Amino acid sequence: MSELLKARAGEKLIFDHPSVLSEAVTHYCPGCHHGIAHRLVAEVLEELELASRAIMVASVGCSVISYDYISVDSVESPHGRACAVATGVKRARPDTIVFTYQGDGDMGAIGLAESLHAAARGEHITAVFVNNTVYGMTGGQMAPTTLLGQKTTTTPMGRRMELEGGPVHMAEMMSQLAGVAYAERCSLDSVRHIRAAQDAIRKAFSIQAKGLGFSFVELLSGCPTNWHMDPVRANTRIREEMIPVFPLGVYKDITAQAVPVIADKVVEGRS
Amino acid sequence: MSAYMDVIMAGFGGQGVLLMGNVLANCAMERGLEVTYIPVYGAEMRGGTANCTVVIDSEPIGSPIVHSPRSTVILNQPSLEKFQPRLAKDGVQIINSSLVDIALVDTKRHSVCIPATDIARELGTVKMTNMVALGAWLKATGILPLKAVQDILHKVAPQHYRKLILANVRALEAGYSHS
Amino acid sequence: MSQAPERILIKGNEAIVRGALDAGCRCYFGYPITPQNEIPEAFSSMLPEQGGSFVQAESELAAVNMLLGAAACGIPAMTSSSSCGIALMQETISYMAGSCVPGVIVNMMRGGPGLGDIGPSQSDYFQAVKGGGNGDHRNFVLAPATAQECYDMMFSAFALAFKYRNPVMVLGDAIVGQMKEPVRCVPPKHALTPEQLMQQGEDWRLEGYDRHAVPEPRVLRSLLLKEGQLAAHNRSLHEKYSAMRQEAAAEQVFCDDASLVVVAFGSIARIAHSAVRHLRQAGHKVGLFRPTTLYPFPEEALRALISSGKRRFLVIEQNLGQMVEDVRLAIDGQAPVSWHGILPDLYVGAETLRAPILEALEGGKHV
Repeated sequence: MSELLKARAGEKLIFDHPSVLSEAVTHYCPGCHHGIAHRLVAEVLEELELASRAIMVASVGCSVISYDYISVDSVESPHGRACAVATGVKRARPDTIVFTYQGDGDMGAIGLAESLHAAARGEHITAVFVNNTVYGMTGGQMAPTTLLGQKTTTTPMGRRMELEGGPVHMAEMMSQLAGVAYAERCSLDSVRHIRAAQDAIRKAFSIQAKGLGFSFVELLSGCPTNWHMDPVRANTRIREEMIPVFPLGVYKDITAQAVPVIADKVVEGRS
Repeated sequence: MSAYMDVIMAGFGGQGVLLMGNVLANCAMERGLEVTYIPVYGAEMRGGTANCTVVIDSEPIGSPIVHSPRSTVILNQPSLEKFQPRLAKDGVQIINSSLVDIALVDTKRHSVCIPATDIARELGTVKMTNMVALGAWLKATGILPLKAVQDILHKVAPQHYRKLILANVRALEAGYSHS
Repeated sequence: MSQAPERILIKGNEAIVRGALDAGCRCYFGYPITPQNEIPEAFSSMLPEQGGSFVQAESELAAVNMLLGAAACGIPAMTSSSSCGIALMQETISYMAGSCVPGVIVNMMRGGPGLGDIGPSQSDYFQAVKGGGNGDHRNFVLAPATAQECYDMMFSAFALAFKYRNPVMVLGDAIVGQMKEPVRCVPPKHALTPEQLMQQGEDWRLEGYDRHAVPEPRVLRSLLLKEGQLAAHNRSLHEKYSAMRQEAAAEQVFCDDASLVVVAFGSIARIAHSAVRHLRQAGHKVGLFRPTTLYPFPEEALRALISSGKRRFLVIEQNLGQMVEDVRLAIDGQAPVSWHGILPDLYVGAETLRAPILEALEGGKHV
């Protein structure tokens, strides 16, 4: 472990580095939320003691080398096919804990069919879906989740309903499928939401470990670079522009006693 | 010496054409011969025409598909129209005269006309038309003994057809002795 | 074994399934397409009976990626399709080659291009042998001609896939898949047991990272961005592909004294075999060279047949001229090579091959 991460004499360590998270410095841009999402997944795997059984399916997008940061056995998937690859892994080794980590282009555009059908079959896998409304790695083009009016490098006038159609709502779609045990949308814009996101990820993995079905967590995330704004303003955009279109909450939970409700529509005050 | 024989069996879907081919092919295999069976497969699942080709030889078989067959079993009119022109010069065709207008049968060809559907009806069900016709084919070609084909039914008949085996044995016999 | 087991009359497609299961296949993923539907249908009942997993995927894309996932765990797994469905799988076959994952892909070819027809064809020779996918990769391609070979070659397919950590394609066609023939379902001599097959994956398969037992998690990847990484990787792939050449195989019939050697594979080879046998009986000095591996192409064995320019070669294939390119590369101008192509949907029998073989024997058209 690097010196920076160790407690010095007289110090009490209260914020440790999860062993499942490698010490590599990520390639992500300043203010990007992938690092937070990685950490949440790593902490949950450690806490639930699932890391030694975990197999990650890495997807194509900014998080393509997520296996350099999350220290679990991993296989790289062709663009969009992560849920199909994860299906193969889980069918071959039902004793493992299998998850995909996918962006909005990977899961909501090129891989929509594989994602929805793995969910419909109720594959015992977990999909972590990072939605930042833009193609990051290729330079800020329109994503399936791009908001109406949002300018990208391929919607220079802003996304128009009549030409580009509207944003794809993954959590809502997932919730309609019989094989889905759990679908929740969370956000990484604030500490409170990040904590709720970790609870959701924990629940998703627990549901897989219990063999209850497909579990899905959508994480609304910031992309300051391609949004052309600083990280603080990016967090504000998530709250003011994204959450109204992509409401947070539990869309499906077969373990809940009561009918699932949209738990968190409250927009926090500016930080 | 090669003991080569081939046959195209044709009729309406549902007349048991493929079963007839399977019975023959299995019997040839049991007798230690080389054999191929290939059905026509395609988009039509029901109600279309069905045909299959069986090739029997004492040597390894090249093509399982035959253009000018040495023999045919024709269970309906469209099959006669399709395969009569392709029959090899010295070939033999077994024709179900119950469903085929025999005025269309080429008199220059070696044909065995047998009212297979009528005979089958008298035996209890028109579903045995195929076995009556196969009996006639066995007689006309002399390739395999009738008894061997009757015995193979026990082996290849699906479970839910077991109770019909005896009736089919009789149908084979009726077709064999009619001609 | 005291007595050879009975022959059973089954389609090539079913022989593929029985061979795969006996070889140790534990996962199958597929999507329906004619003329190979008996393969998923048979697996759907037979695999679960043996504790394996069958998934009817939503597309060929999904099916082959499920194969990638299962294979990454070191589990013998396969998919199957036909021509246009295989084209959809090519990207992932490239990923499998790049990340050194073993898997078996069965292609029962149909007519093309596009949707083509559902009849037999050999139009995917290039797609299979030259690598239809992106990148600089090679796959084994095995070419069965009989239902018995469909059974037997599945053992070779899985053994080669695991030995070389590479995809293997079994290339049949509608005749090979749809035809019923007698088959003896007995593992070939020297075949690996399923346990021996699985053992070969111990060093690389994904099974969960035990940080106390091994220093690093295992990652199966084809993305190599750091400077020099891809070059090093591709250099090692090149060495592997060179080693793969020793697996080249062919069947030779009447070649020793033949003035003309017919080169054909798969269903066309079995028809050519009949034609050649008939011509031999009539006193013509013709032989047959049948590659049973199309990649690696058995070029050394073919080259060994060239004797001071006296021997001619005739390639017969059911396409517009694909394998003839590999034959010409192997012969390298040292002997005359002619070609006879058969179009899809046209009848081909031993009698229809007689004239083109005799014409080539007499040194006729040299295309």
